[in-house]
Amino acid sequence: MRRENMAIGGEPDGYKGLSVQPAGLRLADREGFVGTAMLAPAIIYVIALVGVPFFLAIALSLSDATVGNPSIHHFVGLANFISVIHEAAFAFALRNSLIITAATLVLLTILTIIQVEILARDFVGKRIAEILLILPWAMPVALAAVGWLWLLDSEYSPIDWILRAVGLLGPRTPLGPANNLYYLGREWLGLGAVVVINVWRTLPLSTIIVLAGRTAIPHELFEQAQLDGAGYFRTLFRITLPALAILLTVAILFTVLVIFGDLTVVALTTRGGPGYATEILPYWAYLKGIQGGALSQGAAIALFLFPVLLAVSIVALRMAYRREGL
Amino acid sequence: MRTSFPRNLGFFVGLVLLCMFAIFPALWMAITAFKQNGDLYNPINNPFLFNLPPTLSHIEFLFTNTNYPIFLWNSFVIGVLVVAITLVLAVPAAYSLARLMGHWGERSSIAIFLVYLIPPTLLFIPLYEIVTMLGAANTIWSLVLVYPTITVPFCTWLMLSFFRSIPREVEEAALTDGWSRVGVFFRVALPLAVPGITTCIVFAFALSLSDYVYAAVFVSSTISRTVSAGVPTELIRGDIYYWQALMAATAIVGIPLAVVYGLLFDRLVKGFQVDLPRSAKG
Repeated sequence: MRRENMAIGGEPDGYKGLSVQPAGLRLADREGFVGTAMLAPAIIYVIALVGVPFFLAIALSLSDATVGNPSIHHFVGLANFISVIHEAAFAFALRNSLIITAATLVLLTILTIIQVEILARDFVGKRIAEILLILPWAMPVALAAVGWLWLLDSEYSPIDWILRAVGLLGPRTPLGPANNLYYLGREWLGLGAVVVINVWRTLPLSTIIVLAGRTAIPHELFEQAQLDGAGYFRTLFRITLPALAILLTVAILFTVLVIFGDLTVVALTTRGGPGYATEILPYWAYLKGIQGGALSQGAAIALFLFPVLLAVSIVALRMAYRREGL
Repeated sequence: MRTSFPRNLGFFVGLVLLCMFAIFPALWMAITAFKQNGDLYNPINNPFLFNLPPTLSHIEFLFTNTNYPIFLWNSFVIGVLVVAITLVLAVPAAYSLARLMGHWGERSSIAIFLVYLIPPTLLFIPLYEIVTMLGAANTIWSLVLVYPTITVPFCTWLMLSFFRSIPREVEEAALTDGWSRVGVFFRVALPLAVPGITTCIVFAFALSLSDYVYAAVFVSSTISRTVSAGVPTELIRGDIYYWQALMAATAIVGIPLAVVYGLLFDRLVKGFQVDLPRSAKG
């Protein structure tokens, strides 16, 4: 067991521990000054356009600002939060945001492990496989969503065509009698479609993160396991997965941030419908805040995401920096 | 390593299925773009074959009768400007963290990646306020200003891992020879970091191309639209979808990007490797 726990302790290339101490204090001071000067512009920019807007979002959510009158002069306390909670769409949006995120995670975890195991091997054409497998992440999400919209078309979906061709869809068939499934027009099929699209587009990122750890597991461990007569699945569950547990968790948590906060997929496929059946918090915030013009209410809805995002970030960071003394 | 037949079979079936899943939408886009109307809108036809000869007329339509060329140009201009801003901010910051800020700087990598993951959803409403107050709403400048919030953290993360993978000895030798730290950065570290900087250019450009939320919220006039926001909003008019032209519009941008990302696959894996193996030590 001890050996397994040490599994991925390989020092990264070129990492030479702490820097050589500069000769004198004067030089050290200068290093610090140069370092600060080089870092400052990036930090200032991020504070100005990530930090400040975040607090502005809180201020907005407590005000009565609209697109027509965006200045924050009049504070209304928690009125925006209370009024959005009482809307019918809120329960749907919260429920769907949680369901979509949870279902995506489960599928993503399984597929990430399979994909990492495949890419950990060397095989002819691996480069081509990498290009194909990273495609969903490379494709701009809005354009990908338009592609999925057509792929899941109510009338001309090629998936429906395949199902009809094998006799699963159409009159007098298990999925019939209609000739189409209307993926984006039904509550659970719509949610399922959003989950599949989310899995599709986040799988490359989680694969890359976990693969980084997988390739760092020393070969000797696998050779030893083979000598001991351990089969593939025994090796997978006893050596590979324990060694990757933390990385896998970090990858999954990162993906939560991407999926829970995203509105593009829903905005361009189901549009939250039918009714509010596939509404999610981020898209509802967009509909209210920008389309509906109620900036303050939109900001309030978006802030409902924050506790989840914060909790996930903290756990991810603690995982990543675990036992690093930070 | 000896591998049994069933395991090899499982491996290839898994590989083929995952590849199919990954490229299915892109494949469908590419096929659709060349189809004639009579072929595409016939539910009996095998959708994966060309039952009528392929045609370029829809791609011609896209470039001559729609605003797609404008969207491409806007995305290109925004991309170039965002790349420039990103390099100026991120490369020195990453070098500073890798070499000059001590232990915590080297280990800030994951925290920086987290900033990249902050969803636009949390920020688009206040940023809309800021952009409006600055008078930049409805212009490409609003996006040039805001996109570095995505690209700077990502590229800082990437460059941090890159600088850390360069051995310190060369720089230390130059320092001992009496060069200043700034001189070492420009004349030693930067030339060594060219592959990393190239990767940053690609990703900063691709990330600025990929955003939908900010582009859809800040810009509503056709003349300033980007590809990501223009294609879904302006090429779809009401219920009339020009599917072949739409699919051509997505494939023309998406497929080249996928190839470039694919070629940089190993670089990305390394980006996580520099930090995570140590962190993952149980």
